[in-house]
Amino acid sequence: MADIGTLNTMKAAEDPVRGQLDGPRGARPKRNLSRRNIMLYGVLIVVAIYYLLPLYVMIVTSLKTMPEIRLGNVFSLPKDITFQPWVKAWAEACTGVNCDGLSRGFWNSVRILIPSVILSISIACVSGYALSKWKFKGSEVFFTLLLVGAFIPYQVMLYPVVIILRDVGTFLTDIWQGTCGFFTSAEGSCRGRVQLFGSLSGLVIVHSIFGMPILVLLFRNYFASIPEELFKAARVDGAGFWQILFRIMLPMSLPILVVAIILQVTGIWNDFLFGVVYTRAEQYPMTVQLNNIVNSVQGTKEYNVNMAATLLTGLVPLAIYFVSGKLFVRGIAAGAVKG
Amino acid sequence: MTDHSVQIKDLDLHFGAVKVLQNLNLDIHDGEFLVLLGSSGCGKSTLLNCIAGLLEPTDGQIFIKGQNVTWKEPSERGIGMVFQSYALYPQMTVEGNLSFGLKNARVPKDEIKRRVDRAAEILQIEPLLKRKPGALSGGQRQRVAIGRALVRDVDVFLFDEPLSNLDAKLRADLRVELKRLHHQLKNTMIYVTHDQVEAMTLANRIAIMKGGLIMQLDTPDVIYNRPVNKYVADFIGSPSMNFIEGTLERGTFRAGEFTMRMQGYDFAAGSAQDGPAIAGIRPEHIVTGELAANMPATMQVKAELVEPMGSDTLIWSRVNDEPFRIRMDGHLPVEEGEILNIGIDPARVSLFDTSTEERL
Amino acid sequence: MAIAESADTVAPERSAPQKRPLRLFRNLSSKIALIPMIATAVIVFMGGTIWTVVYSFTSSGLLPRLNWVGLDQYERLWGTTKWIISIQNLALYGICSLVLTLVIGFVLAAMLDRKIRFEDAFRTIFLYPFALSFIVTGLVWQWILNPDYGVQGVVRSLGWESFTFNPLNNPDIVMFGLLIAGLWQGTGLIMCIMLAGLRGIDDDIWKASRVDGIPVWKTYTRIIIPMMRPVFVTAIVLIASGIIKLYDLVVAQTSGGPGISSEVPAKYVMQSMFGGQNLGQGFAASTMMLLSVVIILVPWALLEFGGRKRG
Repeated sequence: MADIGTLNTMKAAEDPVRGQLDGPRGARPKRNLSRRNIMLYGVLIVVAIYYLLPLYVMIVTSLKTMPEIRLGNVFSLPKDITFQPWVKAWAEACTGVNCDGLSRGFWNSVRILIPSVILSISIACVSGYALSKWKFKGSEVFFTLLLVGAFIPYQVMLYPVVIILRDVGTFLTDIWQGTCGFFTSAEGSCRGRVQLFGSLSGLVIVHSIFGMPILVLLFRNYFASIPEELFKAARVDGAGFWQILFRIMLPMSLPILVVAIILQVTGIWNDFLFGVVYTRAEQYPMTVQLNNIVNSVQGTKEYNVNMAATLLTGLVPLAIYFVSGKLFVRGIAAGAVKG
Repeated sequence: MTDHSVQIKDLDLHFGAVKVLQNLNLDIHDGEFLVLLGSSGCGKSTLLNCIAGLLEPTDGQIFIKGQNVTWKEPSERGIGMVFQSYALYPQMTVEGNLSFGLKNARVPKDEIKRRVDRAAEILQIEPLLKRKPGALSGGQRQRVAIGRALVRDVDVFLFDEPLSNLDAKLRADLRVELKRLHHQLKNTMIYVTHDQVEAMTLANRIAIMKGGLIMQLDTPDVIYNRPVNKYVADFIGSPSMNFIEGTLERGTFRAGEFTMRMQGYDFAAGSAQDGPAIAGIRPEHIVTGELAANMPATMQVKAELVEPMGSDTLIWSRVNDEPFRIRMDGHLPVEEGEILNIGIDPARVSLFDTSTEERL
Repeated sequence: MAIAESADTVAPERSAPQKRPLRLFRNLSSKIALIPMIATAVIVFMGGTIWTVVYSFTSSGLLPRLNWVGLDQYERLWGTTKWIISIQNLALYGICSLVLTLVIGFVLAAMLDRKIRFEDAFRTIFLYPFALSFIVTGLVWQWILNPDYGVQGVVRSLGWESFTFNPLNNPDIVMFGLLIAGLWQGTGLIMCIMLAGLRGIDDDIWKASRVDGIPVWKTYTRIIIPMMRPVFVTAIVLIASGIIKLYDLVVAQTSGGPGISSEVPAKYVMQSMFGGQNLGQGFAASTMMLLSVVIILVPWALLEFGGRKRG
């Protein structure tokens, strides 16, 4: 038996034999492998170019003048860079209705985005928390119903939601005027109406409703992954529903909040359908206005302005995507795989 | 050459700047059961993967049956491998799992059937052949995984912690079966584990690894009784070895009031130089009761804590302010706080140099 | 709103904790917190769907009215060329999109899974279109496919004078023009899901197949893909529900043209409801959309359910 002593001497002893034992040594030469790698990287780079092409085309087109566009091709670099199309897209481009550019749509989108994100995430967070830690008989049934709802085409629910918004608006108006009239006797001081359909607040509600399945799922699964012991310990310490939520659960849920925010900001910013159905022309979000500018039939087509406008609209989600990186992937993976 | 089943020469493996294996030499005999033992991250699985051809070494050579296989594909090396997570193909039946590799190697159909039947018979999994892995228990799955290595009709079996996913009882059962299998097949087996009981019971030889190096390669008996350094001594044995720091002067070990003439101790280099030393004493080699007085070295210790385990009793005490464990017969009653007379046989002690931690 | 409403209920709960057993209050808080979700699920999702289905059997025009006409709306629907074309378009787009998205998504994921360099960079590039609005996607590709200045113009100016690639103005291939844009936007997501699936496969499986001497392609087709069945099912459900929703892209890229050659059901619904003052038609068409979802969803749900039972 070769113990440690002979093992150490063996190397020396076998040196004369080495010539005979020689042959392959160390790592395999990589020649064969690199041919495979050239294929692999080649394909990946070609595909990457295909994916990057539209972004490149958008950028170069938006920096060209119209005469240059008519002469050259979409892929060529701009000869003399102009930012005029960007200015025009932002401030002057015409939709069918007005000519104050995309800026109006941008601010509309911001005004829709902020309350929608806050409202939808608040509701989803509380619902997910209740569903994971405070189950009651039937809560899972409602949750299943909600998830099934996520698969129903929006077109099926569009019109009922119109009716709900209109009726709830009327109902709230009645209440408002009733209570107002009860407290003030002055004539005409209670004229205000609550309008939900065709207004930004209506759209905020719509976004909160249709964003709910995915967000509730996200929060429910996240809270369910928080150890039950922690929750029980808090219960033993006498904390209630809201205390546990605000003191224990919320401080732990920063990562999932970020994921939810990313999900909602990109989703709501990119929405077109709800914007076009539930708002009026002057409140159209950016995507709707962009489409109206580019696809308006009046006047000559200004491709550089169109592309500048398109880029402007894509800028917000793109910025979020490139900044958030892995979190974005996590968000869509969490949303997609479990949805 | 035929006596050598697997030879590893000057094997190096670096991941960037991290040296996972360093200048490793290993010579495994035909039909030997070699266990690579070490804590996680010691490079034992890496070494196994190198032998299998699943990892490419940075430098060095690997021979199997005298053939240089350093650049060969795993499937061309004449090895079969069993994984910790079984790695069964879940969409195929047990039979499919066993035969898939053979079909792929275009082995004739009747030959495949012969080999599958033989493997199934040896492993007693004949009733499971038509089932899918999902319908099997952990132990059954591991048998199928072993079967997949068996049908390859190879000389060398590689096991990568095959029993660690099983519960304690199954692990013990399958351990015995593996030993039986080795007796029956007489193949070379290389077995990676972090479980010293598996290593001690299964191995012809154990290689204890640490930091990409083999610390000691020897029979279980030698490793247990004559560990080459303090790491090996500490690693093997449960409860682990007691260490007492002291000095060695003219063949006598002194630590505080405790003195021990190293009569009958087999010094590694004939006789050792005087100087600081560590004495390693296994808890189970400590003699208690009446017999203690007859031993060459004696000591009095206070039993601080008594852990009865049925067959034997573990006593926690202190020597020179270090924890000191004594394992004694479970029948002898000991009270906590009792002063015990203990005796030590210097021949069964291991002495280590304090600075190098090498055996003296 | 919902938050304010729930916040109001905190007060009574806190002020009278001793009067009644805690259990009742625990359920109460939870129930109140879930009111918005329950209302959404029951009133909007369930109620709205039932309402639409019911009104699809009426002759509602400008306003919804409950005068029953039986299946008249459906007969009219299936007698309308535009609807038939919409369905055909969707079927064509759907099959191509489903197959190609799965294939491209899986191949890209498998390539990224081969331990390559710059994996993060490639993944970022393949996924960024998914962050964009369909409107943006549609408009960019409308411009790239522009016959005069886009791909066709460029190739012609390079010397191939007779080169023709003008999908957006050719009714026969206009759906493929949409498909190019749709794939550009959607494959990244599927790639990500597939990649997550591939990463979830035990490394030992790959090792075992190498020891068994199974070629890489065969390992994929015989072992890895069968193991990824749940991932594929998820991907298919995702792609399919996206296909049925196809609307924004068409509006932006082709507006349904040339003529009605790129109309899709969702657009038909929108026009009947909000453009044509023909609510009944819109309800009937959207009910048909719902039906197609049910046809896709029910087998999947059964599969999932059955799978869970087995597990």
